[in-house]
Amino acid sequence: MAVPGLATLGGPLAAAVELPPSADFSNDTWWIVAIKAVGIVVFLLTSVLIAIWFERKVVARMQIRPGPNVHGPFGLLQSLADAMKLLLKEDINVKAADKVVYIVAPMISVFCALLTFAVIPLGPVVSMFGVETPVQLTDFPVAVLYILAATSVGVYGIVLGGWASGSTYPLLGAVRSTAQVISYELAMGLSLVSVFVMAGSMSTSQIVESQDSVWWVFPLLPAFVIYFISMVGEVNRLPFDLPEAEGELVSGFMTEYSSMKFAWFFLAEYINMLNVSAVATTLFFGGWKAPFGLGLINDGMLNQGWWPVLWFLAKLWFFMFLFVWIRGTLLRFRYDQFMKFGWKVLIPAALVWIVCVAVVQGVRQFTDVDLRTLLIVLGVIAVVGIGLSFLVPEKKPEPEPEPEAFDAFAGGYPVPPLPGQTLPPSPRRARLEAQRAQGGTGTATATITQAPSGAPGADADTPADGEQEETRG
Amino acid sequence: MSPLAAGLATSLAESGTTSAAEGVLFWVIAPVMVISALGLLFARKTVHAAMSIVVVMISLAILYVAQEAPFLGVVQVIVYTGAVMMLFLFVLMLVGVDSSDSLVETISGQRWIGLLLGGGLAAVLVGVVLTAADMAPVGLAEANADTNPVGVARVIFSDYVFALEVVGTLLVIAALGALVLTHRQRLTRLVGQRERSDARVAAGAVLTPLPAPGVYARSNAMDVPALGPDGRPLEHSVPRVLRIRGQERAVSDVHAEIGAEGIGSTPPERSITGEEQVR
Repeated sequence: MAVPGLATLGGPLAAAVELPPSADFSNDTWWIVAIKAVGIVVFLLTSVLIAIWFERKVVARMQIRPGPNVHGPFGLLQSLADAMKLLLKEDINVKAADKVVYIVAPMISVFCALLTFAVIPLGPVVSMFGVETPVQLTDFPVAVLYILAATSVGVYGIVLGGWASGSTYPLLGAVRSTAQVISYELAMGLSLVSVFVMAGSMSTSQIVESQDSVWWVFPLLPAFVIYFISMVGEVNRLPFDLPEAEGELVSGFMTEYSSMKFAWFFLAEYINMLNVSAVATTLFFGGWKAPFGLGLINDGMLNQGWWPVLWFLAKLWFFMFLFVWIRGTLLRFRYDQFMKFGWKVLIPAALVWIVCVAVVQGVRQFTDVDLRTLLIVLGVIAVVGIGLSFLVPEKKPEPEPEPEAFDAFAGGYPVPPLPGQTLPPSPRRARLEAQRAQGGTGTATATITQAPSGAPGADADTPADGEQEETRG
Repeated sequence: MSPLAAGLATSLAESGTTSAAEGVLFWVIAPVMVISALGLLFARKTVHAAMSIVVVMISLAILYVAQEAPFLGVVQVIVYTGAVMMLFLFVLMLVGVDSSDSLVETISGQRWIGLLLGGGLAAVLVGVVLTAADMAPVGLAEANADTNPVGVARVIFSDYVFALEVVGTLLVIAALGALVLTHRQRLTRLVGQRERSDARVAAGAVLTPLPAPGVYARSNAMDVPALGPDGRPLEHSVPRVLRIRGQERAVSDVHAEIGAEGIGSTPPERSITGEEQVR
């Protein structure tokens, strides 16, 4: 099934994509790997404690109240106290639960949440106890896909937890979460594709390297917007927290969980927030590279050694702040709006954007057009397009179509009217009224005239009870 | 799939021998896979069977990564575990948590057909494994020269691009077919939330959620109405069903200080702006 003519296409494409040097892990000894792995876990766990405090404090400030301020300086120990309380609470196992799955589900969530940071580059090559090694556990050519895979397995924790609880609200939460993750992971993956196309790689360290001159958030702004929206959807945060919507589902898939098992779900949720923020930082915000041209100071001093870890953390916490800000600002979506938004807006937009990026990249690599000319041409096309769109006359709202006369005998035999159709007045009724006008006679006619006046066909199906169905608060 | 597996993925490339780490990985993963594959056969609940498949798939992905096919391994997890099995699970959940499968065999003689096919498959597999024992792998380093995903991309999008397009078209047709088959024509115009709320305002109906039933020292059941700010019972705070059945109780039944009409000393009858409709 080989097509020889197309085989040549691979050549120029690969040649044109310059693969920058990837992170080099060849010096790593087993204890360096162990230090990094333990370091990542410790970093994530402490970050979660800080994130909970941070969220409560920032939301409190947004609502003009102090937030936690009793335990420790600035209330910093509040989340530690909460965590201890959760651990020491009674661990309730639900009788109707499917025991094994019920216990394993939170573990799946946490385990998969911990996987992502293994491939996130926190900094460039540093000297760690005399070993030259990047501040990153590992990297491979499909690192970003690996992140997507880890998150998609992590959803099993939510789904199985909801199912295994053997109760209605958790099950509904689980079903919602399945639908949500499948829809939003599509948009998320598609938005990342344009970064792959531009960077020429799916390895995280190479993507960071490729953002030497410009962060991908600027040329690929639409992809970033799509990623940002779908990352909020992916971690079940407001305004997309439908799987655990308190007003409707108690707390969704977590309803039947208590103590440590609940704490694990909680932990996984916050680690996932850190994960998606780290991915946004790495793929769109230059990873560990210094912001605002700070990298130019003193021959890039601020882009070497341990400094970049600081920039990475600053960017990471900027996204965490956005999460909290969104939570403090927006209301929860209605479920159908949420689904419509995912499938009818985000995914098509992501697809169109990929095609645009691919076309531009193709023109740059297969022709001699340089980037400036290309951008000018694209700008002119955009301006002309916008100008032309003003010339298109505005669509007037279509007038309500007049209900067509319903002919019950159109198909040859009588059928009842469908919803929205009304029966024409009966011919018999017209005849009767004509008879009555003539001063009609006979008792038989009189009984017939009584009947229709009691049941006028048009509003026969409105309830006799005039009350409206209301939600009861 | 885990970073550990990636780390362990030592080259099988040209030598044809496996390293110790690879051997350990295989002998850890293989029993897990066999046990969960048996779990698929013998699990009583459908969700357990589905979970067994998930474990097999992820273990398989780890082995792919160890065999220097990281792209295949990761895509295996994203597509099969993350999407296909998730949809399976979705359907299982929608069908019902407790519904057990009907064990009536609808195809006559399906056991014999199954045995025959299973035996055939076993024969083929044994044959393949026996002949594959002393095979020297060739060209892995060459194929992965520009990283594994680039190698895969070159094969898919140059050598097999026609096959890929055909498969893609087939999938699109299948998706369209599913859409067409499940499409239902709307008989009436869709009435959205906006229209419904407009209609509710125009009709002068209650816009807020209805008041909750009353809570008293001697009753917090749903059949006793709450008191309004004017001290009179709110008729519509009792669920409609109870009112229609005549099962509601008067406030006076549970509240000692309120008379039959529901007007009492606490809370006092008062007007807030003077424009409220007097009940």
